[in-house]
Amino acid sequence: MPEIYFDNGATTRAFPEVRELMSEVLDIEYGNPSSMHLKGYHAEQYVNRAKEEIARSLKVEPKEIYFTSGGTEANNLALIGTAMAHKRTGKHIITSCIEHASVYNPLGFLEEEGFEVTYLPVDEKGIVSLEALEKALRPDTFLVSIMCVNNEIGAVEPIEEIGRIVKKYNPEILFHTDCIQAYGKMKLFPKKWKVDMLSVSGHKIHGPKGIGFLYIKEGTKIKPIIWGGNQQKGMRSGTENVPGIAGLGKAAELIYKDHKDKVTKLREIKDHFRQRVMAEIPDVKDNSGEAPHIASITFLGVRSEVLLHALEEKGIYVSAGSACSSNKPEVSGTLRGIGLDKNHYESTLRFSFSVYNTVEETDICVDALKELLPVLRRFTRR
Amino acid sequence: MEFKAFLIKYAEIGVKGKNRFRFEDALIQQMRYALQPVGEFSIRKESGRIFVDALEEYDYDEAVEALSRVFGIAGICPIVVEENKDFDHIAAVVCDYVGERYEDRTFSFKVNVRRADKKYPIKSMDVAALLGEKLLERYEADGLHVNVREPDVLLTVEIRDKVYIYSDEIPGPGGMPVGTGGRAMLLLSGGIDSPVAGYMISKRGVSLEATYFHAPPYTSERAKQKVVDLAKLIARYTGPITLHIVNFTDIQMAIYEKCPHDELTIIMRRYMMKIAEHFAKESGCLALVTGESIGQVASQTMQSLYVTNEVCEMPVFRPCIGMDKQDIVELSERIGTYETSILPYEDCCTIFVAKHPVTKPRLDVIKKSERKLDDCIDELLKTAIETEEVVKIHAH
Repeated sequence: MPEIYFDNGATTRAFPEVRELMSEVLDIEYGNPSSMHLKGYHAEQYVNRAKEEIARSLKVEPKEIYFTSGGTEANNLALIGTAMAHKRTGKHIITSCIEHASVYNPLGFLEEEGFEVTYLPVDEKGIVSLEALEKALRPDTFLVSIMCVNNEIGAVEPIEEIGRIVKKYNPEILFHTDCIQAYGKMKLFPKKWKVDMLSVSGHKIHGPKGIGFLYIKEGTKIKPIIWGGNQQKGMRSGTENVPGIAGLGKAAELIYKDHKDKVTKLREIKDHFRQRVMAEIPDVKDNSGEAPHIASITFLGVRSEVLLHALEEKGIYVSAGSACSSNKPEVSGTLRGIGLDKNHYESTLRFSFSVYNTVEETDICVDALKELLPVLRRFTRR
Repeated sequence: MEFKAFLIKYAEIGVKGKNRFRFEDALIQQMRYALQPVGEFSIRKESGRIFVDALEEYDYDEAVEALSRVFGIAGICPIVVEENKDFDHIAAVVCDYVGERYEDRTFSFKVNVRRADKKYPIKSMDVAALLGEKLLERYEADGLHVNVREPDVLLTVEIRDKVYIYSDEIPGPGGMPVGTGGRAMLLLSGGIDSPVAGYMISKRGVSLEATYFHAPPYTSERAKQKVVDLAKLIARYTGPITLHIVNFTDIQMAIYEKCPHDELTIIMRRYMMKIAEHFAKESGCLALVTGESIGQVASQTMQSLYVTNEVCEMPVFRPCIGMDKQDIVELSERIGTYETSILPYEDCCTIFVAKHPVTKPRLDVIKKSERKLDDCIDELLKTAIETEEVVKIHAH
């Protein structure tokens, strides 16, 4: 049975070039970048090359890239690190009600520590209300954190407008954007968009797990959250994960190579899938946003886990709501945020695509759905 | 202080007359299994005693924990073993033992001496008195004193091929060694009760097999893994378990489609019993075991139990039958299965549950409903049995 992997929003298969480069580092260039000898210098070169590659993709300086253990740590560093640096002068943070848990939960922690957080509402498409943002800004606001692409439905937020509004109100306010689902799926312009911090994860772009980075604009007032041997200018202590960093750099290079073609292909796959589902399957609702790789579909009358496991029996891997909230059948924040009721959000699946997928695979998936749904819909809890 | 050996006292098996060697051998086998991950130990029996000697460095707490999971053990005594039986030497060792074992020595004690070695030149009573004197000489100033009626510490010295000294007894779990009480089939769900039921039956020396029903795609691979994990936790007490995993989806679907919905659970449970009994017979089990407790849920009322029980020829043991939920929870916490039991995966008993299931089913009514399955059920049962997956579960 061929495997059809439509859960690329959860994680992706690594590019073969990434694997090869990492194996080279693990095997031959295994030095510690902090070592004074040649072996250490060689390892450092891999780190520097990765930084340059990433900086090029964002049109920023290599020195503004800080490697972390992944997207979660990048978000934690951005939020907690700036809060610690502003605790005397600022008090108020603005975010949206559809952020990922790695933004949502650090902010919950900061609330416990005495900071105030405003959660902006979204419309039925998952787009943050700019009006609400303008109203929420306060003299003691020091940070705004809004994701670029939502992980559950693929809504694309108006980052450029948000940057403009925030900086017009007060240029001192820092603007962070979680780009974990956006990087590699669209071109990002942190300088032009007036973004001060931007988080990225390696394994969402065919790189390795356990590595990510935070872009921090030079001069940003932020403190480290991990302390130790002062690697990465003290912003993120700990021996650099050189194989991971090298792999991430390679993935960044490849994902932005022939980028237009890649995005066109993703969009083609996604649109073909959505169109067929909407046309050929009754009682469905399309929640998908503008991101090229995420389709969110509600199949009324069947529980998402059941449909997920039924597809899995046919070798098709998808996710229920968001895979990142792990095994707990927690209610999705985004699906509720866009106003879906219980019957809807308990019946929603996310299909997320990558360049490894094909239109033919979506045909197999739609055919499988057409075969499974009539049976599964007969057996619901009465 | 560091102990290199244990003396194991055993429970009821001491009284089993001519069969005693069988019980002892089963106990030793279970002890070997329990100690396997702890390190290398030698276990030997000697006239009504079992001795465990550590052959390498080991973690004391881990060893005691492992031994306290072996049914049949009444007490675990960490002992000091001395080869030199010369009295003056023994006296010095005993004094050092008390000094090291008890930092605070304000307590009363009694020395109890046994001589299996009757050639030993001094009589037991005299050895005890002399040792008592030596101890007082050294520690009386610290508050140590004698009380032969109700001593705080009973110090035992056994003179055999070697000399054994101990004063602590850590209680074991009691019960009978697994393997001496026949074999039974446990209906294992992912819940809290069935692992406890398995534990309780096994404590009486019964070896276990288990049957689990899953319903893909309505239940996930993780739900199945959870049951495997539970079986693994139970196997720490029972030794290896053969787990039969049965795909129940088609049977469940057929019941769902053809029978009254409020009877679904009860009919489903009847077929589960039937399938479990089939595997039980095949593997030489003489009973079924379930985690049912009267009145806990609709399918466990007296009437429901009567109706489910009716399909079985074998006796069905329900050790939790008279326990409150809270008692079952406490026991599951104590035996270490609770945390795994409460992981939130759907099992096949919960997915299609009716809002108002029957609580007082009547056998004739249920049997009539089941007749609606006449055209397909034999085939479905046959397929379910033929497609079983068998997993051998080891504790470590």
